[in-house]
This record gives sequence, C-alpha cells and structure tokens, in this order.
Amino acid sequence: MKHVLSVLVENKSGVLSRVVALIARRGFNIDSLSVGPTEDPTRSRITIIVDAEKVAYDQITKQLNKLVCVYKIQDLTNDAYIERELVLFKVNAPAERRSEVIEIANLFRASVVDVGASSLTIEATGSENKLKGMEELLESYGIKEITRTGKIAISRNSKEA
Amino acid sequence: MSEEKNQRKLVTVAEAGAPIGSGSSNPKQGERMTGAQAVVASLEAEGVDLIFGYPGGHAIHIYDALFDSKTIRHVLSRHEQGAVHEADGYARASGKVGVALVTSGPGATNTVTGIATAYMDSIPLVVITGQVPLAMIGTDSFQESDIFGITIPIVKHSFLVKSASDIARSIREAFHIAKTGRPGPVLVDIPSDVARQETVFEYADQVNIASYKPTYRGNAKQVKAAAALIGKARRPVLFVGGGTISSGASCLVEDLSERLRIPIATSLMGLGAIPASNPLNVGLVGMHGSKYANMTLNRSDLIIACGARFSDRVTGKISSFAPDAKLIHIDIDPAEIDKVRMADIPIVGDLRNVLGQLLDQFDADAQVPDTEEWLSDIELWRERYPMYDKRLDENTDYIVPEEAMRLLSEMLDQDSSIVATDVGQHQMWAAQFIKRTKPRSFISSGGLGTMGFGLPAAIGASFACPDKTVVCVAGDGSLQMNAQEMATATINEIPVKVVVVDNSALGMVRQWQKLFLNQRYSATELHDVPDFVKLADAYSWEAERVESPEEVPAAYERMLASTGPYLIDLRIPRDQSVFPIVAPGKALSEAVGAIDLDEGVVRIVDQPEADEEGGKAL
Repeated sequence: MKHVLSVLVENKSGVLSRVVALIARRGFNIDSLSVGPTEDPTRSRITIIVDAEKVAYDQITKQLNKLVCVYKIQDLTNDAYIERELVLFKVNAPAERRSEVIEIANLFRASVVDVGASSLTIEATGSENKLKGMEELLESYGIKEITRTGKIAISRNSKEA
Repeated sequence: MSEEKNQRKLVTVAEAGAPIGSGSSNPKQGERMTGAQAVVASLEAEGVDLIFGYPGGHAIHIYDALFDSKTIRHVLSRHEQGAVHEADGYARASGKVGVALVTSGPGATNTVTGIATAYMDSIPLVVITGQVPLAMIGTDSFQESDIFGITIPIVKHSFLVKSASDIARSIREAFHIAKTGRPGPVLVDIPSDVARQETVFEYADQVNIASYKPTYRGNAKQVKAAAALIGKARRPVLFVGGGTISSGASCLVEDLSERLRIPIATSLMGLGAIPASNPLNVGLVGMHGSKYANMTLNRSDLIIACGARFSDRVTGKISSFAPDAKLIHIDIDPAEIDKVRMADIPIVGDLRNVLGQLLDQFDADAQVPDTEEWLSDIELWRERYPMYDKRLDENTDYIVPEEAMRLLSEMLDQDSSIVATDVGQHQMWAAQFIKRTKPRSFISSGGLGTMGFGLPAAIGASFACPDKTVVCVAGDGSLQMNAQEMATATINEIPVKVVVVDNSALGMVRQWQKLFLNQRYSATELHDVPDFVKLADAYSWEAERVESPEEVPAAYERMLASTGPYLIDLRIPRDQSVFPIVAPGKALSEAVGAIDLDEGVVRIVDQPEADEEGGKAL
C-alpha cells in the first residue's frame, strides 16, 4: 500500500542523506521524495511516498523516528490531505499544431512558460490524476522531456505538525 | 534483596545522560581557548580519564591540546581499528562511554569496523575524527575521507562541527546520545581549522534535543497486561539479551525469575547477565546453544524478552521459532518491537524501570504462574541432552577444546575475571563452557561477528578493570587481524592473557564447509604461520605452546600467575566442530550434534543441509 509520509526534520546538511540512506539500507523503495524548508527556518519538511506492506512500513517509520534529526513523522495516507506536484513538459509543437497544445494546457489550467520554434514548455501543477491525464493527451504530440518536483502534501485539517 | 530494592528507583533520561565529570562546574568554564583545547576541556568536563587513539595531520592540534591535560590518559594504539575496539572493550567492561580519537582520511576509515561492531552490539562510544579544513572538504585533498557520510548507517548519530563555538555542545550531545536510550556509537568530525579557531568554552550539564526523547518508563497499562499474561502462563521463559546488561537490570531479572519460578535463557550478548550457577538459568540459546536451552525457548508458551532483539543466530528459521509462545517484548528501542517477531505485549522502556514496575504488580496481587511441571521438564532435558560429556573424548591424545575451555573456566575466579573472545569456533566454545557470574565479564562481538575484536577489547577491558584478570580467548585467524595491539599491551603494562585456540585454519568456515558444502575446503587453511610463541616474544610477551592435554592445567597456572601479558598457543586438531549446531536457515528444533544420553554417549548427527538462503548468508 502507498503511504504519504510528511517528515519534519532538522534543516541541516547531512539530514537528507541520513533519511535516504536509512530507507535504502532497510531495503525500501521510494516512489517520490521532495524536501524544502518550513515556516521555521531551522526545520525542513520531507514528503516521502513509499509503497510498503504494514510490517515494512512500521519498520520504516520506527527507524526514521529513531534518527536524532527527525522531529516528527505524520502519515497523511488516511487523513484528508492535499497533494501537489509540479511538472514541466517540453512538448513537440510545430507552428501548425501549437494552438492545439496551448488549448490542452489551458484546459488543465497549466501555463506555457517557454516557446521554441518547434516545441513548447508547459508548467503544470496538481494531483497525480490530473497530471497523468494531461501527460496522456500531450503524448500524441510527442513529449521531448519531462521533469517533476516529486509530490508534496499537507493535511487538510489545521492541526499543525 | 536490598540491592534489588535499590534498583527499583525509576531512572530518567536526564539522570542517565548527565556527565560523570564536573560538567558545567569544570575549572575551564568561560575561558577563551582554541577549538582543540575545547575538545580536551569537553572530555575533561565529561569525566573522561582515558582515551584510545592514533594521531595524524588533521588531529595534530587536538593532540597538542591533549599534551597539556592532567586528567586524561591517552593510549597510543597501533592501528585505529584497535583503538576503537579498545574503547569498545573499555565501555563493555566499565559501563562508561568509550572514547577514541583519530585523524582524517585513512585514520577515520580504519575506525569503520570498530564503529559498526559497537553499533550492532549497542555499545556507547564517542569517536572523534580529525577532518581536513572546512574550505578543503569536497576537494579530494590529502587524507580526506567523508567519514560523516561513510558512517551514517553505522552510527547512532554524528556531528560535523563547523565552528569552534559548536564543539562543547556537540561533544556534550554526543555523550548524552551515546549513553542514553539504546546506547550506540556517536561520531564527531572536527575539521582542523575549526580546531584552531578561538572560542569561549561553555560546557552544559543537561541536553535538550527536541527530536531525541527516549522512553524510559513502561506504559502502566501494558505492564499490567504483561503481569496478567505471565500469571496465566504454564511454560514461561525470560529471554535475556545484551539490553539486560546495558540497563543494569540483572538483579531484577533474577528476582522476577526466582519469585515467579521462571527459567532464564540468554543470547550471546546476554551471557554474564545472570550467573551461570543460577539453577533457573539454562544459558546460551541459538545456533550453538545447548539443546535443553533451545528446547526451553522453543517449547515455551510465553517469552518475556528482556533487551533482546531476536537475531537470526538466536531464532533459526523464524517461521518455526517458538511456535506456541506469546511474546512480551521489553526494549528501550521501539524499532525492535515487531521487527522480527510480533509482540503480543510490547513494552517500550528502560528494562530496569519496566521490571521494577512489573515486580510492583506481583508485590500487589498479580497472579503468579504455576511452573513446576515446566521446570521439571527442563531439568530432564538438561540431564538427557548435556552440552558435553567427557566420555566422548576419552583416551584422546589431543587437546579437546570443550575440555580446555571448561578447565579455563574452573581456574578463573569468576568474581575477578573478564573473558573476551574473538570470533569463530573458539568464541562459541568459550560461550558454551566458560561460566560467568557477573554482568560485563563476558565480552564478545555478537552482532557484527568481528574477527580481530578480542585482543584490543581485552586490552580495553583491562584498562577499565585493572584489578581483574582479563583473558582473551582467540582464534589463530582472528588474532592475526589485530595482532599489532600486542604492542599496546606491552608498552602500557596491560597484563592481558591470550589463549589462542589454534587449529591452523578458519575453523568455523571450515566446519560449515565440512558439514554443508561437501568438504570442499576453499580458502580456509591458515597453515602453521606465524609461530605465535615467537610473535609474542617479539612483542616482549611471555608465551608457550601447548600440544597435549596433560600440559594444559600447568600452562594455565603459569599464565594466570604471570604479572605481564601472556600467550598460550593451544594447538587443537583441525577437525573439531562446534556442536550442537543449527544449520543456517533451519529451525532451532533441528539442531544436530547434540548429545542424547538416552541413545548413549554420542552426538546425534544426521545429514544436516543448509537451506540455500542460509548457505549464502555465510
């Protein structure tokens, strides 16, 4: 089962290494990981999405909790939460088809951030489903490159972690 | 049992983590000094009086500051790995934090095996490494290694100190983290320019790390539920691991055992926690445990795990381990709960506190189990399946390792001796036959199985307990992995005794090849070099070779009577095997080579076959 973990850590060099090394060493695969500072500049939040069965998942969270640099782990999976990811698509768009591609971008409330002679770069944010839908539509034009931030998530209720 | 009553006072993390030295009231508090001097002042304030190490270019300023210390003795090892094992042996024997100081690059990487050894066995260490100057980090400069990164998976925590003003706090936190909660090694990496910066020295007493709050007290509801489960058990067993020793809970385990008539089984790391002479103690379980101890654990209906982590060397095939047993798992590390075996009642806390809380339940009105039938079963097994029987080796003209270890055990004063071991067959024979009475008197690399650990660990233990006789039981393979530390013993007049159980082979691997790999002895012959007696002589040790059984007692006597370091090269035949053995990947109940007196004085050896998975694990 997929788990969305929001891990509050010390904002210090080496912390990400510890978290990633631990997950790798215990043999777990990360689907997605993103990290950035929080409202408190001494702390960062790491959003980790892992696919693990219960026993393995329990081990990951317990081992993460043992790290001295980890303040708190929140499992958002079963809470109401908002999840977003930012994706940049570089899509084939020769002049005659450019408007079609722009139309698709508009439908998904994405924006065109760069235009070239034969391609467009589109910036899109949203949930996994929305981005997947958009990717499928753009594929017929030929996607030259995709880069994504990895998912970030926050709980819907105002409970502060 | 007044000692036991004293132990029932609840321990807190703050108490456990405080400096044993002067702390903030140290005489240098508030002085201006260099970072290097702050390192030394921090160690002094922490109460450290002995460190093991090896200098080098980027540790040179710390060494310079150390030259002025009036309270810290520095022991110059002959290899950084030796230094860390010495600090480790010191920590295991004394219960204090062991400290090692080394330089950057190769000095730092040489500590890795020592740190990993301490990590696996939960031993509190602070390892201070020199580092290249801050501006040179990442440039592949001379003697640079990313020791912070390299050691991430094998430390409890680590610091890369970027300013001299952070030194005192980092070292205080390092000691606090190393010795509280589940103990472990902590690395402090100090760039050489940071050691030269000036700072004002301020040492704190208390540490407050928001993200590090170990649980010391057991959950009252869980304790109550555990007491109720114990009361209903018919075949309970207390399974004692290394946590019993690090928590200082031996007395409480014994009290619980005696009051409720519950037998005790121990892991390798738990040896010494409970006197071997205690009739309720069945001793070592696991791969080379006695058949009766393994039967006790495996046929129980309730395991009360006391600071034990269910290593694969204990459980054998986990799916058939103790199939009828419920589990009360007491551990200070929540990650050990449900890691290998699901607990019915997990209790996270310091074992001393939790057992105190549990005893309070039985002081009140908790039901006490009826175990008499269970205990008499165990006694029958103990008689029927002895670990060894002299009659097996009657009229042999060679030295029988089981007998040699038993004799050594008899000749040691259990109250004033420490036995350290290396890793291999000799380690298992020592664990099986050397009886221990006191915690911290059996020192062995359990989790990592580090060959080369024994001699330096014995030296460290001897520094910690100068009044005790420290004997290292070594193998001819293991000893060669850190033989250079013989110099450390000589120079510092450390009278360690080394008994080399010498079969000119890597005996344990060879035994596996013999039993599981069709006698294909690939790369396990060591031949007759070096001449250990000459080697010892080269280091100014006394030494002798013993080749026949009748010479052994007198040789031990000479060794134990000598005032300096002493080595006995105990020659044994190459084909001795450690029995019983649970083949890797097999169930505990499938041990082979146990004696069954109902069948006569013979070892029952069927055709063991390691599971493929286990075979690879070697």
